[in-house]
Amino acid sequence: MNKKILSAALGAAAMGVATTAASAATLDDVKAKGFVQCGVSQGLPGFSNPDSAGNWTGLDVDLCRGIAAAVFGDDTKVKFVPLSAKERFTALQSGEVDVLSRNTTWTMSRDTTLGLNFAGVNYYDGQGFMVRNDLGVKSALELSGASVCTNTGTTTELNVADYFRANKLEYEIVAFEKADEVVAAYDAGRCDVYTTDQSGLYAQRLKLTNPNDHQVLPEIISKEPLGPVVRQGDDQWFNIVKWVHFAMVNAEELGVSKANIGEMMSSDNPGIKRLLGTEGEFGAALGLGNDWAANVIKLVGNYAEVFEANVGPDTPLKISRGVNDLWSRGGLQYAPPIR
Amino acid sequence: MSGEVVSTHSIDEKPKVALLNNPKVRGGIVQAALLIFIIWLIYNMVNNAAINLAKAGIASGFDFLNRAAGFGLNFSPFIEYTETSTYGTVYWVGLQNTLILAVLGVFFATIIGFLVGVARLSSNWVIAKIAYWYVEILRNIPLLLQIFIWYKGVLATLPGKRDSIDLGFVGQLNAAGLYAPKPVFAAGASWIFWAFLAGIAITWFIGRWAHKRQMATGQQFPIFLTGLGLILGLPLLAYLLTGMPVSFEYPVAGNFGPRGGMQVIPEFIALWIALSTYTAAFIAEIVRAGILAVNKGQSEASYALGLRPGPALRLVIIPQALRVIIPPLTSQYLNLTKNSSLAVAIAYPDLTAVFAGTALNQTGQAVEILLMTMLTYLALSLITSMFMNWYNAKMALVER
Repeated sequence: MNKKILSAALGAAAMGVATTAASAATLDDVKAKGFVQCGVSQGLPGFSNPDSAGNWTGLDVDLCRGIAAAVFGDDTKVKFVPLSAKERFTALQSGEVDVLSRNTTWTMSRDTTLGLNFAGVNYYDGQGFMVRNDLGVKSALELSGASVCTNTGTTTELNVADYFRANKLEYEIVAFEKADEVVAAYDAGRCDVYTTDQSGLYAQRLKLTNPNDHQVLPEIISKEPLGPVVRQGDDQWFNIVKWVHFAMVNAEELGVSKANIGEMMSSDNPGIKRLLGTEGEFGAALGLGNDWAANVIKLVGNYAEVFEANVGPDTPLKISRGVNDLWSRGGLQYAPPIR
Repeated sequence: MSGEVVSTHSIDEKPKVALLNNPKVRGGIVQAALLIFIIWLIYNMVNNAAINLAKAGIASGFDFLNRAAGFGLNFSPFIEYTETSTYGTVYWVGLQNTLILAVLGVFFATIIGFLVGVARLSSNWVIAKIAYWYVEILRNIPLLLQIFIWYKGVLATLPGKRDSIDLGFVGQLNAAGLYAPKPVFAAGASWIFWAFLAGIAITWFIGRWAHKRQMATGQQFPIFLTGLGLILGLPLLAYLLTGMPVSFEYPVAGNFGPRGGMQVIPEFIALWIALSTYTAAFIAEIVRAGILAVNKGQSEASYALGLRPGPALRLVIIPQALRVIIPPLTSQYLNLTKNSSLAVAIAYPDLTAVFAGTALNQTGQAVEILLMTMLTYLALSLITSMFMNWYNAKMALVER
C-alpha cells in the first residue's frame, strides 16, 4: 500500500515537472511574482553593469526596466540575473529568466533550434579586434601567429575562426567562460589580441590597467545584431518585449522623451496619441494597461535618451550613434508604426 | 505393503503455506514490481523530456555530432583538429585533454604523495616538518583557489610573449606558456620506439630470472642499473644505428613572440601542478596511515635481520602498507580525474570545457551533451576502479 502511494507521488512529481516547464503564460507568471526576471551580462559597461551600490545600469538593463514599466507601471520591479555567455540560453529555456537582454547576437541557428525568439535589435554591432599599441599592428590582416582571447560559446568564437581561416592566418584561440577572465588574461599578456563585439571592446578597454595603451583595429569582421530574447511559444510575452523596444524607437521618432512627456500627453498628433494611449486600445492587445508605452517613456526614456545616457559620446564609452541612428537619419533603427 | 499409509509429515519438511506467504515468491514479486516501476519512471522521464523539448521547439538527437564545429581549440597534442572538424571530434579532443591531465596528474601525485608521506615519518626533524606543512597547507586550501594561484599568481606574471625567458634546450618560457622544441621524426625513427619497448621487455625477463636466482642461491643481481642501461641504452643504440633520424624543431622568434616548436599552454601547466600537488597532500596522508598501520614489530624484525632502514622500508614495510593504501588511493585517483573538470575555470580545453561547455552552447543540445559527458566520466571512474581493484586483489595478503 505504501509503495502505491510512493509510486503515485513520484509519478505525479514527474508529470509536475513536465507541466511547469511547458507552461506558457509568462505575463501571468510575471504578474504573480511581482517582478520581471531579466538575464543580463555579468558586467559590461554601457550595456549591463552593476555600480558600487549594486544598481544595474546600461542599454540592456534599460530595456528590462522598460518591460517592467510597461507591465507594472514601475521600472524598479526587475530582478537582474547575471549570466555568462555559456549559461544564458539554458537559463532562458528552463524559465530561470523571463527575458534575456544580454548583448546576444541574433543568428539563424539560435532562432530556429534553441526554442527561442529574438524580439528585435536594440543595438547593431560588429566584431572587432583590440591589440596593444606597442605591437605596431595597424590591420587585422597582420595578426598571423597571434594568440586571440575570447569568450566561449559565442558567435565571436565562430567568427574569429572563420576570419582567420578565410584569410589563411595562423592563430591560437584562448577561450574563457567569463568576460572578466578574458579581459584579465589579455591584460596579463596571455594573448596578443582581444576579440568581441566592437561595443564590448570599447567597454572592456575601460577595465584594462592602461586603457590608452590599447587600440581597436579598424576591421569589423561580422554583423552582430544584438537584442532581447524570449522563449518560443508565448506570443503575448514575445509581443510585449518586442513592442517595448519599438515604443522607445517610435518615441524618439515622434519627439516624445522623458523630459517632455508631460506636455506630450495633451498632444494633438494622432501618432503620439496612439503611442501614449490617449487614443485607441493598443495596451489591451498586449494584455497591458493603455498607458504601457507612456510608462516606458516616462520612467526609462526614448531610444535616443537611453543610448546617450549609457553608451553615447558623453559617456566613458564615447560611441557615436552610427548605424544605430534612426532610419530617417541614415541609421538602421526602424520601428513598425503603432496603429 | 498396501493400505498402510505412511505419514508424509516429518520435521525436515517445510510446512505448507499459501503461495503469497512464501518468502521467495513474495520477494520475487516485490522485486519485479520495483523493477517495473523503475523502468516506468525512466521511460516517463525520457518521454517527458522528449515531448517538452519538441514542444519548446528545441532540436534533439545526436545528428549534431556530424556537423562541423567551426570554432578553434588551442590544445590537441594527438588528435588532428581544425575548425572544420565535427562536434564528434570535439568530444574526442576534450576526452584526450582530460585523459592527458588525469594520467600525468595521477603519475606525479603518486610520486609526490609517496615521497611526502614517507618524509612525514622521517626521523629528520626538518624534513618531517616540511612534509607536515606541505600536507597541512595544500590539503586545506580549495583546489579551485590553488589553480587560480598557479594560473593568475604565478604563470600570468611571466614576461610577455616577446620577452621570453630563454631556458636553453628546454625552450622558451613566457606568459603564453612553454615553447619547447618539437621532435621531428624521420624514416627509421620507429626503431627507437621498438628498442625502447624491447628494453622494457628484456628488463622484465632479467628481473624474473634474477628474482628466481636470488631465491635459489641468495645471490643478488644489479637489476636496477641493468634495466636503466637497457631501457636508455637500446633506444640510443637504435638512434645511432639508424643514422640519427630524430631532429628538433626549435621555436623561432616571430612578430608575436616565439613560433613553431611545441607550445605547452599555461592553462595546462597550472592545472597539472595544482591537481598533482593538491592530490599528493591527500596521498601523503594515506601513505603515512598505511605505513603506521604496519606493526612496529615488522620493522624491528627487519632491522634484526640486518636490513638497513632503506631496504627495510622498501622490502618489508611498503609492501604490507600497500594493502592499506590502495583502496583510499583509488578514491584519490577518481577525485583527481573528476577534479580535472575544474579546467573550465581557466581556458584549458578539457571535456567539460569544450564539450559540455562550448559545444553545448553552440548547438544548444543540453540533454544529449550532458548525458554523454556524465557517462564518460562515469566510465573513466569505473575503469580506474576496476584496475585498482584488480591491483588490490593482487597485492592482498596471501593467507598461509
